[in-house]
Amino acid sequence: MTEMNMAKAINLALHEAMAKDERVIVMGEDVGQDEGVFRITEGLHAKFGDTRVIDTPLAESGIIGTAIGMAIYGLRPVCEIQFAGFDYYNYHQLESHAARFRNRTRGRRTVPMVMRAPYGGGIRAIEHHSESREAIYAHTPGLKVVIPSGPRNARALLHSAIQDPDPVIYYEPKAVYRLFKEEVPDKMETLPIGQSQVARKGKDITLVSYGASLRPTLEAAEILEEEDGVQAEVIDLLTISPLDASTIVDSVRKTGRCVIVHEGPRTCGLAAEIIARINEKVLLYLEAPVVRVTGFDVPIPYFSKERAYLPDADRVLTACRDTLSF
Amino acid sequence: MVFARLYAGKLRTRNTPSNSAATDAKVRKNSGHTSVLSAVTKAMPRKPIDLPFKLEYVSILDENAVIDKSMEPKLSSDQLKTMFRYMLLARRADERMLNMQRQGRIGTFPQASGHEAISLGSAFCLTKEDWLVPAYRELAGMLYRGWPLETILLYWNGFEEGSKVPEGVNDMPMCVPVASQLLHAAGIGMAMNIKKDNHVVVTYFGDGSSSEGDCHEALNFASVFNAPVVFICLNNQYAISVPISRQMKNKTIAQRAIAYGMPGVRVDGNDILAVYTATQEAVERAKRGEGPTLIECLTYRFTPHTTADDPKRYRSDDEAKKWHQREPLLRFAKYLEAKGIMNETQRAKIEEEIDVEIKAAVQRAEAAAKSEELSDPLIMFDYLYADTPPFLMEQRNELEKHVKKNKKLKQEASQKKSPSPAQI
Repeated sequence: MTEMNMAKAINLALHEAMAKDERVIVMGEDVGQDEGVFRITEGLHAKFGDTRVIDTPLAESGIIGTAIGMAIYGLRPVCEIQFAGFDYYNYHQLESHAARFRNRTRGRRTVPMVMRAPYGGGIRAIEHHSESREAIYAHTPGLKVVIPSGPRNARALLHSAIQDPDPVIYYEPKAVYRLFKEEVPDKMETLPIGQSQVARKGKDITLVSYGASLRPTLEAAEILEEEDGVQAEVIDLLTISPLDASTIVDSVRKTGRCVIVHEGPRTCGLAAEIIARINEKVLLYLEAPVVRVTGFDVPIPYFSKERAYLPDADRVLTACRDTLSF
Repeated sequence: MVFARLYAGKLRTRNTPSNSAATDAKVRKNSGHTSVLSAVTKAMPRKPIDLPFKLEYVSILDENAVIDKSMEPKLSSDQLKTMFRYMLLARRADERMLNMQRQGRIGTFPQASGHEAISLGSAFCLTKEDWLVPAYRELAGMLYRGWPLETILLYWNGFEEGSKVPEGVNDMPMCVPVASQLLHAAGIGMAMNIKKDNHVVVTYFGDGSSSEGDCHEALNFASVFNAPVVFICLNNQYAISVPISRQMKNKTIAQRAIAYGMPGVRVDGNDILAVYTATQEAVERAKRGEGPTLIECLTYRFTPHTTADDPKRYRSDDEAKKWHQREPLLRFAKYLEAKGIMNETQRAKIEEEIDVEIKAAVQRAEAAAKSEELSDPLIMFDYLYADTPPFLMEQRNELEKHVKKNKKLKQEASQKKSPSPAQI
């Protein structure tokens, strides 16, 4: 066991994956000598060289489009898009091609690749560097979307993503990169994609979250216990597509109350989908309407106001108390 | 003094290119003295930038079937006959597909007539291990590479099985979003370099596609990473209705190669010998490790863009007629005749064989389309992921119930219609 932050844990996974499988190629803008703007690719270029750690031209569509070709030719590219705010440039390649090749060729051409991108707010970044648009990818058939919430699951999930036979979007909550350290086992481990985790056991209310929003959600759960004597169950999604609805449904069947927390905009966000699943399966178990604590339907404000936009423990707490007293 | 300091400050804050550091230092130094700026001036006349580049137009067999003997590629009689056969097969298949579309037996499709020389002349330079990454007007080349005609018919008839790359064929399926496939070709080329495979990728795009960002990114990536890719532009001068003059101000597409630091050439796209020669040179260069090439093949789409468009709205009959005379098959047939490789009787025999071949392919495609396997709608769920996730299985079950119910209703309805023996 070694204690490390999430940035280091993701870096460790890349080192391990490249050492284990020579088909793994890391590519992106400034991932080589510069070792990535967040230093996630630290040491890779020095260790694996130019051929396997590729500094690409500044062109996101180019990165994803060529990675698709590489994957089809038998490599396992892991692409870094420098900021999720720029991945609209390459969305077309993911939607039109990466997500479709297996289906449209009836399995003859497959695209085992990973797109990594730091996403989300909370680090006082400039415009276009704080977006949380994971719902776009979850809405795209043929992709898988994974979002870790801490060092240990980040490393395990990245291994799973790289080993997956299909394209995986691996969104890294950049506010968590160096937020806290956690014990990470010496032995390489994976976590199944499409399976959420219960981050905190409880019986009175279900809180669902992922990525950076998991922190304020857990914080609120603790306050609820201390101040209200309420035991909140917190579910960390980890994969947002395919969504592990059964864990949520089982929990809501037990608690009858649910609050969903994410920083992406509300309309057609993940919470909307989760509420639909709850309604389909356990509507009559509900004691109160399910509440969403999310980013608002405005572009994430410049950083002077980003704190007001991002869900915090107080907003989660208020939502929980409203739900509990309904 | 004050002015000099301001000036220096400005230089420091701006992200100035090239020798700015030296100038900056000089200005800073000067700002500490009473001397004037003129002390650091010097004459810097504009100089032409020497680009080692030539741009050629290649034509070997002209529209009157006149051959330039000095440029004639060394191809055997059998090879030349094979070339003709596939060109004709593609032409007749295209014509047949148009009929089928009019009869409602296949959907809308982009005709490939007149473009046969480009995909076939270039595909002819490839080995089995090389890759072909098509757009959607490369019918002749795809047939030559081993795509069965019935597969292509299935594609245009709305079946994903039409994109199911045949076993043993190293190609990609047709690609509809224009220019996006060029990046896959660049990536495959980059992967060939990484894996140290001495193969080549040939990929195709149109004059309209050349305006897409992906076209630029693909040419640039291939060039930067010295990928063994041959980019072939089918410049048929119209992107649906928009003429090439609205697509770009530059005279040729080939000249863009200069910007990417790769060889570029424009060829007569209706001259299969010219396309073959230019591609052969590019393939050899790529396999020698000298990177990508851009080949612009000048041609004309004497058919509509797809069966859903009417070219009379945007171009004249005269223009189309003029280009029709330059079409690729006629001159090649004359050339083969003049060489004593194929006479009228032999040509008629090939026509007959092709007719039989197409009929059989149409039958196979229509039988496949009606088969239980391909007509099962549930198949839409089965190839999305390696393992179908539970939520998708739920949706599959939902559709399955619906399909079964409808089948039952239909059966019941047909039983009601057919009179029972007692009624007779």
